[in-house]
Amino acid sequence: MPEIGQIAEKVRSKNAGPFWVTIDIFCGNDAAFRRIAAGLPTATVAALFHTTPDAIKRFDIADLAVVKFSLPRPQIQGIAADRDMHGAGWGPLVAEIEIA
Amino acid sequence: MTRILIPSGALGLGYDAEALDRGIAAGPDIIAIDGGSTDSGPSYLGRGVSKYARSSTKAEWKGLVAARARAGCPLVIGTAGTCGTDSMVDWMADITRECLTELGLSARIATLKCEQAPAAMAAALREGRITPLPAAPEVDAEGVAACSHIVALAGTEQIAAALETGAEIVIAGRTTDTAIIAALPLMRGDHAGAAWHGAKVGECGALCATHPQTGVLQLDIDATGFTVAPLAPQAACTPQTVAAHMLYENSDPFILYEPGGHLDVTRATYTPQDSRTVRVEGAEWVPAPAYMVKLEGARRAGFQTILLTLVRDGRYVANIRDWCAQIEERHAARVAARMGLNAGDYRLELRLIGVDATLGPLETAAPAAAEVGVLAIVTAATQEAAQDIAKLLNPLVLHHPLTPQEDQPTFAFPFSPPEIDRGAAWEFCLNHVLRLDDPMSAFRLEVHDA
Repeated sequence: MPEIGQIAEKVRSKNAGPFWVTIDIFCGNDAAFRRIAAGLPTATVAALFHTTPDAIKRFDIADLAVVKFSLPRPQIQGIAADRDMHGAGWGPLVAEIEIA
Repeated sequence: MTRILIPSGALGLGYDAEALDRGIAAGPDIIAIDGGSTDSGPSYLGRGVSKYARSSTKAEWKGLVAARARAGCPLVIGTAGTCGTDSMVDWMADITRECLTELGLSARIATLKCEQAPAAMAAALREGRITPLPAAPEVDAEGVAACSHIVALAGTEQIAAALETGAEIVIAGRTTDTAIIAALPLMRGDHAGAAWHGAKVGECGALCATHPQTGVLQLDIDATGFTVAPLAPQAACTPQTVAAHMLYENSDPFILYEPGGHLDVTRATYTPQDSRTVRVEGAEWVPAPAYMVKLEGARRAGFQTILLTLVRDGRYVANIRDWCAQIEERHAARVAARMGLNAGDYRLELRLIGVDATLGPLETAAPAAAEVGVLAIVTAATQEAAQDIAKLLNPLVLHHPLTPQEDQPTFAFPFSPPEIDRGAAWEFCLNHVLRLDDPMSAFRLEVHDA
C-alpha cells in the first residue's frame, strides 16, 4: 500500500502556539483528497500520537484539497522532554502512514 | 479603503527592497510589520531578549524608517524583539532613535508596553480573572508568580490608541499578529470581518503567495472585503495560496480568537482578480460579551549541561538501548553516592540521534544508520550541579563496555571538554486569558519626540 506522502503533494507539521501542533496534508487534487480523506481514519492518527480520537480536531477541506489535524503537542514546546522546538517532525510521521 | 504595506513576516527575516519601493510608490496608509512570535521557544520571553541579531534588526528597521518618511504614513511594529517584553520595547526604541539620527530624520514615537507584574497576575488567577484555554498547562498562583516575564497580547484597541496619539512610529510590545494590521482599517470604518481576515492572511507577508521569501505584500481593506497581492513581480497570490494561509500555524483554519471577539471565515470566498491578485469577501467578525487578552509567561526550569558522544562500533549501535540503560544505572548510583542527589533532584536523558531523537516513543521507522549520536541532556537545579552530573557521566559514555569481560572500548567525543553548559532552561507556563474591564488597563502608552 502506498504512503500518504506518495499520494499527497505535501505534508507539513508546525506549532500552532506552544501548546498545539497542526498537521496539514495538501492532497494536490480532488482524487487524492477523496482517497486520503476516506482512507485515513482519525483513530489511525490518534494511535500514531498515542492519544484518543476525541483529542484531535479534524478538518476535511474539499475546496483546498486539504486534510488537517490539530492536537495538543505531545510535549509542551521547549520543556526538557520536548524534542522539536518548531513541531517540524510530526509531518513525516503522518506522511509515512500507508493507506489503501 | 485602507492600504496596508507589509514588508515581511517578521523584522529580521529580510525583505525585497525594490518591492518595498513599489509599495511606497503605491501610497500606503500604514506600514505594519511583526517583530516576534513564541515559535522559537520559551527562552526569549524567559530572558526578555530578541532572537534576531541587533545588526539585522537595525539594518531592516532603518530601511523601513526611511521608507516611512517618504510615504508620510505611520510605521508600526508589533511584538518588538521576538517576545514583546518592556525591555524589548526599550531596545527597539533605542534602535529607532539611532536610525533617525543616522538618517537625519525626526519622528513622534509611541511605545506600547504589555508586560504584566507576575505578583499581580498571581492575584488575578486567585480572583478568577484569569482562565485557562484548551491544552493549558496546570499552573497555580505560586507558579505564575515564579515567571520572569509575563506579557499580555494587545489587540486593535491598544494599537488604535497608539495611532491616535499622532505617532509616526509605533513600537508595541506583545500584540496578536493581526492587531497591528487590523487596527487602522477598523478605526476608519472598513468591514470588520475583512480587516481581521486580511490581517490574518497578511501577517506573514508574502507567505500567502508564491515566492514567499520576497516578503513584501500589499493589502487593501474596504467596506466589503479585501484585495491582496505580493509586490515582487515574480510572486503571485492565487485563491489557493491565500486560502491555504489560514491553515498555517492555526489549530482551527476557520475560527480565530482575538481580544474582544472572534473571526469566522467559514463563508469567505476567494476570487482571482488577475494572475497575481485575489479578492476576498464574506468573513465575519463576532464580538464577544467580555474583553479578554491572552497571556504568555515563561519561568526558569533549572539549568542544563549537554554532552554528545558518537557511537560507530556496529555491535554497540545494534545494542545501543541496552548500552544506555547500563550507563543510566551506573550513573544514577554515582550521582547518589558522590553528590547525594536522587532521581527527583535532576533529569538525565540520553537522546539517540539516528534512532528516535526527533519523535521519541512516537517513532515508527526502524533505525538504519551506521552510527548513533548519544546526546546526553542533564537538567538540574543549578548550573554547577548540571555540570557535575554531566562530568560523572563523561567516563561512562567514553568507555562503558557492554559486557564486563571485554576490553575497554572508547567512543568518539567531538569536543573537549565534552560537557557544554546551556545556561538556564525555560518553560512556557501560561495558555490563559485575562479579563479586562477597560482594554487599556493592562497596557502603558507613552509618546516621545525623537
